[in-house]
Amino acid sequence: MTLTTEAPATATTAGARAHAREQHGSAADTMRHIPATSAPERLTADLPDSAKEHLSWAESVAFGRYTALTLARGSRIRLSDTEGDACVHVLLYRTGALHERLNVADTVKVPWQAYPTAGHPLLSDAGRLMATIVADTSASHDALTGATTLVGNTTRYGAGTAHSSSPAGRELLTLGALKQGLGVRDVAPSMSLFKGIRVDPDGGIRFTGGAGPGAAVDILLQMDAVLLLANTAHPLDPRPAFTGTAVDVLAWHAPEDLDLLAAGHLVGPLTPEHRQALNNTDHDLTARNAR
Amino acid sequence: MNIATETRAPVNATVSQTALVAGSVILDEYVEARGPWSAVIAAGDVLTIVDLEGNQAVDCLLYAAEDTSVRYSAAVTIAAQRSIVLTTGSVLRSDTGAPLMTVMADEVGVHDTIGGACSQESNTLRYGQHTREQHACVENFLIEGSRWGLDKRDLVSNINWFMNVPVDPDGALGIVDGLSAPGKRVALRADIDTLVLVSNCPQINNPCNGFNPTPVRMIVTRPEAAL
Repeated sequence: MTLTTEAPATATTAGARAHAREQHGSAADTMRHIPATSAPERLTADLPDSAKEHLSWAESVAFGRYTALTLARGSRIRLSDTEGDACVHVLLYRTGALHERLNVADTVKVPWQAYPTAGHPLLSDAGRLMATIVADTSASHDALTGATTLVGNTTRYGAGTAHSSSPAGRELLTLGALKQGLGVRDVAPSMSLFKGIRVDPDGGIRFTGGAGPGAAVDILLQMDAVLLLANTAHPLDPRPAFTGTAVDVLAWHAPEDLDLLAAGHLVGPLTPEHRQALNNTDHDLTARNAR
Repeated sequence: MNIATETRAPVNATVSQTALVAGSVILDEYVEARGPWSAVIAAGDVLTIVDLEGNQAVDCLLYAAEDTSVRYSAAVTIAAQRSIVLTTGSVLRSDTGAPLMTVMADEVGVHDTIGGACSQESNTLRYGQHTREQHACVENFLIEGSRWGLDKRDLVSNINWFMNVPVDPDGALGIVDGLSAPGKRVALRADIDTLVLVSNCPQINNPCNGFNPTPVRMIVTRPEAAL
């Protein structure tokens, strides 16, 4: 070690400022890209040109972290399990009326289907269509067993706080809700993508894992909404170590897809329940936007 | 807190005989058809719910009495017991993982916790816009919960005692004819002081109440040793 009489680079405000500014422009494997159009080719290569031109969100969310963004009606979100071991816990809140939120019980009961995949409506607690799953190459999802808890992860992995190496899903979702001005009571039951379960005839729940690398889910928003995502272990993941991979998130403005959905050209003819939910959302938008 | 009125003559059996778990009776109330009910059940006490006339869904939410932000979680309960079926031995957990109540005895064998509560709004999706005006469980949860300082954000996926919601191998699920019968009971022991919020389901468009909502009876007993 060489002794030096020079002051450390960050001992002065000028030095600290220069040191901070030198960090700009660096890239990490997991980060939000702003503007979205600056996203690396790795994330956007498979998108059609129309999507690239209207890109609103491009981010890779590390395993054990969360993200949220307020998105406009007509946004199409693509979540990609690029490396094959993500588990993305999802909550939706209506923009401007955050008390209206995803209701997972209605989301399985109303469409008469426990396993969400392409064509499945995501319903609010006010009987409205918040979004529709419009594409899905995974089909390994879970609307029944929710997210992990602080106590559960502490028991399981030795830690479960948001700052630990094995954050609990509910801790991350709570942080996301708090940033919207919400509180712990607003952290509703969530659904998870890319890790599936199945219900046996006797009611037993079986963890079925993921679909492998490259699976993707597209979600079309029917109303302005906050999409809150936490990427962390599934509550029934049997592996003793906290294990998983990043999820890639893209969104773009695709209002034409709203028309295609309603016309039955995006996921086929809508079920009666899906149609009523869409009508309820449209009725509400018409009423509140009338001038 | 309770405004329920007696709507049916007591059955011949004494109250203590009707309670599913032995103990001294400290509360015995009827819940009107279509109405709400709530009470704090003290730790160690046992709530017996009696399906008086059979196949009456009893929608139910649980909150830690001392901190109602600690509330029942269907997901945590299902994940912990690895089954969607609630019956004897099921521990009803909060979203922190902590036990709120435990099912001590059950004369039906299957109770639901994935189907949620009916609402005026979701009725429009399930049965048509003409059913929006019909009274629903969310209405009961909201008005009864408000007496305890709860509001809309405190409503989450609930328990449906006496309701039957099978999941087929292809994922199809639905509320089908119930497995309960007149006089069938389920008994819940409070593991901590627990606020029990109930909607005696008013739904008339599916078989959860046999298309005819009826009263239920709530009996709270305290084990003799605790007196």
